[in-house]
Amino acid sequence: MSWVQIPFSLRYFLKTMNQKLFIEAGKNLTKIIPLTDFKIFNDELVITLKSKHLKTGLLILRYHYLTQCKILTAISGVDYPYKNKRFEIVYELLSIRYNARIRVKTYVNEIESIESVNDIYSGANWYEREIWDLFGVYFKNHPDLRRLLTDYGFDGYPLRKDFPLVGYQEVRYEEKYKRVIYESIELAQEFRTFDFLSPWNNDSVNSKVTKINLLNTTKT
Amino acid sequence: MALKKSQLSKKIKNFTINFGPQHPAAHGVLRLVLELNGEIVNRADPHIGLLHRGTEKLIEYKTYVQALPYFDRLDYVSMMSQEHSYCLAVEKLLACNVPVRAQYIRVLFAEITRILNHLLAIGCHALDVGAMTPFFWSFEEREKLMEFYERVSGARMHAAYFRPGGVSADIPIGLLNDIYIFAEQFSTRIDEIEEMLTDNRIWKQRLVDIGVVSAKDACDWGFSGVMLRGSGVNWDLRVNQPYEIYNELDFNVVVGTNGDCFDRYLIRILEMRESLKIINQCLNKIPAGPVKIDDRKITSVSRSEIKQSMEALIHHFKLSTEGITVPTGETYTATEAPKGEFGVYLISNGSNRPYRCKIKAPGYAHLQALNFMSKDHMVADVVTIIGTQDIVFGEVDR
Repeated sequence: MSWVQIPFSLRYFLKTMNQKLFIEAGKNLTKIIPLTDFKIFNDELVITLKSKHLKTGLLILRYHYLTQCKILTAISGVDYPYKNKRFEIVYELLSIRYNARIRVKTYVNEIESIESVNDIYSGANWYEREIWDLFGVYFKNHPDLRRLLTDYGFDGYPLRKDFPLVGYQEVRYEEKYKRVIYESIELAQEFRTFDFLSPWNNDSVNSKVTKINLLNTTKT
Repeated sequence: MALKKSQLSKKIKNFTINFGPQHPAAHGVLRLVLELNGEIVNRADPHIGLLHRGTEKLIEYKTYVQALPYFDRLDYVSMMSQEHSYCLAVEKLLACNVPVRAQYIRVLFAEITRILNHLLAIGCHALDVGAMTPFFWSFEEREKLMEFYERVSGARMHAAYFRPGGVSADIPIGLLNDIYIFAEQFSTRIDEIEEMLTDNRIWKQRLVDIGVVSAKDACDWGFSGVMLRGSGVNWDLRVNQPYEIYNELDFNVVVGTNGDCFDRYLIRILEMRESLKIINQCLNKIPAGPVKIDDRKITSVSRSEIKQSMEALIHHFKLSTEGITVPTGETYTATEAPKGEFGVYLISNGSNRPYRCKIKAPGYAHLQALNFMSKDHMVADVVTIIGTQDIVFGEVDR
């Protein structure tokens, strides 16, 4: 268990007394929740859990007296394709009582599924549907897991990094059938992305950054 | 042949109607599948995604300044408030200080945006419920405000005025005078709209005790902004987690008691008056000074400097092609947008493009509670509830 702290500037450090209390409580969280990691970015508290401990962790954060995070602000998914567990699911929690935010992260891969937290926060419903729709992470015990933002017969998970920006299909109206049809995409001009970062700038610290950039700027 | 009685008794199912994507009261593209029992709604299932433009994926392929106009187009009735969130998120990652004049200009336009949004919210809500006149009056006021947007940025709606590091250009001479003249006459306009609606028996019958949300449920469903304050929770990001210069301004937070649609309507009217107070304070206190930070690696350079200095030319070239380079990090920054808490979760990998930008729209959390809020209400009340949640599909679908 590491107490790794990213160096933060004093200007952003601890705006309110309540937040100081909250960060102290956060440090004590390791005694209650099986965290794997604990970080502070400027004034943001980030804890990382294993996916099997997620539901317990959020339950504790919601109901424990010293954290009382009653509001689930958002659930995001992030795709790190080069990692073993490629999807990172991030839960943003807000505690009105202590005026503080906490971020909870877990990691899953493509074939694993994760417990839905719909019983703890009713507001998690659509966020989990969206992550299922756009990333392909399955949520167990979700009351109604179906697609949300993509088209009705859509195939694929758009927000993954290996899904191209323009997708695979396009729609147009066809006079013969008198309706809109789907056909595979044909672009008049290839999507222009320019890789402006020069190798001269990136030193050894950023060698991992360069690796991420190559994946980030794939031509579609 | 006479029909037998057994043949006449049918099995009763719920009547499902499609409150379709094209509907004047659907506030954009919302396909709502309503299961009805007579006139009472049993279940309301919103189908969204009809305006999904893939904003988050597109942002991953653009530089930080190129990604800025996407935020204008999310909630297309209150444009600058989303730009504000995004700029604050980028500035947090850059760990830079925005000059004070830029902060005052941002707060001024954020409050103008709040008035813009509430005028549309109340006007369109009234239109959906049936009162047509406040809609025309509020849109006339919106025109006056959009003229300010145009004078400062060139565009009536999608301004792209706030930039990471400040604002793109200083406000023109005479604009503050005109904003003052607007603010003088605006409270009379709010009085006119209130006179039409607030004491109206029909309006009260349509809105009181409709869509009641308790404080516990509001927190459970992830509400924010007016929806949360309507239920009695005293939470306003401008006061509780202040950003820019909000901690130096003096204004009240309006909190409701009943948690119904009428309370939220009153909160919006009173918030417009509070915004007027803030605008007046900003007009009095705004200092002279730069509107962008000095760091040439972040903000663009003026043309005269480019023609004289080599470094300025190089900076201009790098900024136009590569864009700003943001150090590795992640942040979730939220501001009190007029509709609620608009948050941007920005992850940077040290390059010139965001690695992931997740947009937390307030309308998304509100719309998912539509089923919960409209249980046992009638079909006409569903329209009222959608209006009171202030849903705009640009931000829900992204």
